Amino acid sequence: MSTPLSPEQRGNLTLITGVIGADTHIVGNRILSMALEKEGFKVVALGALTPSEDFIKAAVETAADAILVSSLYGQGELDCRGFKDMCIEAGLEDILLYVGGNLVVGKQAWDDVEQRFVDMGFNRAFPPGTRTPDVVAMLDEDLYAKAKGAAA
Amino acid sequence: MTAETALLIDFGSTYTKLRAIDLDAGTILGAGQGPSTVTSDVNVGLDAALCDLEKQLGVLPDFTHRLASSSAAGGLAMITVGLVKELTAEAARLAALGAGAKLIGAHAYKLTEKDAAAIAAQAPDILLLAGGTDGGNEETIRWNAEKLAAAKLGCPVIVAGNRVAADDVADTFRDAGIDVRICGNVMPEFNVLDVEPARAAIRDVFIERIVHAKGIDKAEARFDAVLMPTPAAVMEGARLLAEGSDAYPAQGPLIVVDVGGATTDIHSIADGEATEGGVIQYGLPEPYAKRTVEGDLGMRHNARTIVETVGLENFADESGFDAETIESFLAAIEADVERLPSNDDETRFDTALACAAVGRAMVRHAGRIEIKQSVTGPVTVQYGKDLTKIETVIGTGGVLVHGDAPDEILSAVLFDPAEAASLRPKRPKLMIDSAYALYAVGLLAGVAPDAALRFAHNNIAAAAANPKDEHHGHSPAA
Repeated sequence: MSTPLSPEQRGNLTLITGVIGADTHIVGNRILSMALEKEGFKVVALGALTPSEDFIKAAVETAADAILVSSLYGQGELDCRGFKDMCIEAGLEDILLYVGGNLVVGKQAWDDVEQRFVDMGFNRAFPPGTRTPDVVAMLDEDLYAKAKGAAA
Repeated sequence: MTAETALLIDFGSTYTKLRAIDLDAGTILGAGQGPSTVTSDVNVGLDAALCDLEKQLGVLPDFTHRLASSSAAGGLAMITVGLVKELTAEAARLAALGAGAKLIGAHAYKLTEKDAAAIAAQAPDILLLAGGTDGGNEETIRWNAEKLAAAKLGCPVIVAGNRVAADDVADTFRDAGIDVRICGNVMPEFNVLDVEPARAAIRDVFIERIVHAKGIDKAEARFDAVLMPTPAAVMEGARLLAEGSDAYPAQGPLIVVDVGGATTDIHSIADGEATEGGVIQYGLPEPYAKRTVEGDLGMRHNARTIVETVGLENFADESGFDAETIESFLAAIEADVERLPSNDDETRFDTALACAAVGRAMVRHAGRIEIKQSVTGPVTVQYGKDLTKIETVIGTGGVLVHGDAPDEILSAVLFDPAEAASLRPKRPKLMIDSAYALYAVGLLAGVAPDAALRFAHNNIAAAAANPKDEHHGHSPAA
């Protein structure tokens, strides 16, 4: 299967990554950032301990196409509350929003968790153990669709 | 063979000041002063100052270099415009301050027509327009250019934003008949600061345009060049001292504190990276050569604000004066901002004011750490520059040079265990520049760096050894 986006197209797309809130778990996020960069995307990696407003400020200044929020310590639901509203407030109503990691505490059905984050305005949520190629494939698909939508 | 000499001229807002320097010996030959006559004919003040200098020297030498700086007609007034307040808008602000500008406005995000009209009415000397990383947001810088062009901005514009939009933005200004030039982005990539191209562009515009606009070029046959705004000379001097020359070793990272009547300025030449392990650096990285200007901490024009900033009670405790006495001193200063202390109590009061101003200015300039709680335990986060390991702090300005307690005032920059989050210097050597040598060093840095440093080493002394009555130099920054 060929990817919908060429390396040149990916090079024109800017992604913001970071670990939200008081969360220091940087390893997974760094692996993801490196993988996305290797696949040709322009990546602005904000790293650990990133307040939600900093994701948005970075996205405004770099005219980013997507924000990928990581959360590993179980507080993701609290940290991500109002994230989409803040994006709209900053003029980023169309930006693609992903979230992934250990998003909630305890054993909860993934479908419920996913739905909760979709309801909060994230386009996609990813469970623990997601492989980077899967994220890349989703990004390709969503960003391609977005570009086509914008052209139409 | 006659000695190499330099004539340094400062076209100030009150005085035209001259200094003649023996470059071989690294000493001051003499100083002269005349009125500031920039509003009529700059030559008149210069003639008076030269006459004054000639009286001291007997005969004027044939100067090897004749260099000038200017802070006349309000200094180099600038307005900066960027996108996100903490990102490109802040980068633009830092670039303008570092170039020695007097910042009269700093804007972020999209300007309204009203904003643009207000900016045009403020009539800055230069407007610095940033916004967007390279390849990032283009919309805002284009928008702001349209608004500013439509508002008939009357000053040159330097475009230091998203390079993708820069040419179009420049065309917008050009079409409106506005002088414009493009330089490198102040933030080419997210959180990467690159203020040097903007600073160089500001310097160029200053030399080409502002010197003419302020009428200083009427005397241009009489000096080689007006190199920079006066505050930039202090920064350049500090930079040369920190970095050294062929003949003089680098002094290493340092801080310069300049306490003036209207502002307290702090310069740091240091990368400011964390000196403790395990610290996470946060926010915009700050420039290696950073200048802050505290417009609310001037010894004369806002003495009251200094007291208010530290709190009347604290100030009373620290100074030993009661509230009533403090009020009477403040009233006396407000009635006459040219006032100099006339008795011991007034001198002590000035020392207390200076301590408070220097302390607050240093806290604002230095970085700080915060302890953040995370699930894995506390984490130390650093904002701004860590200056704890700085080894040299140089003080200048009237109250440090002419007052009776320069050590005490300069000690206000030091790290305070009670305010341990503020990353101020812990064990620096305190020096006093009683001859305003740094200013001269900055002007000479480009043409005679070795001589400039010889002069610096002869004239900047350890604070404790500072002879009180040494005031052969005239303040260039009045």
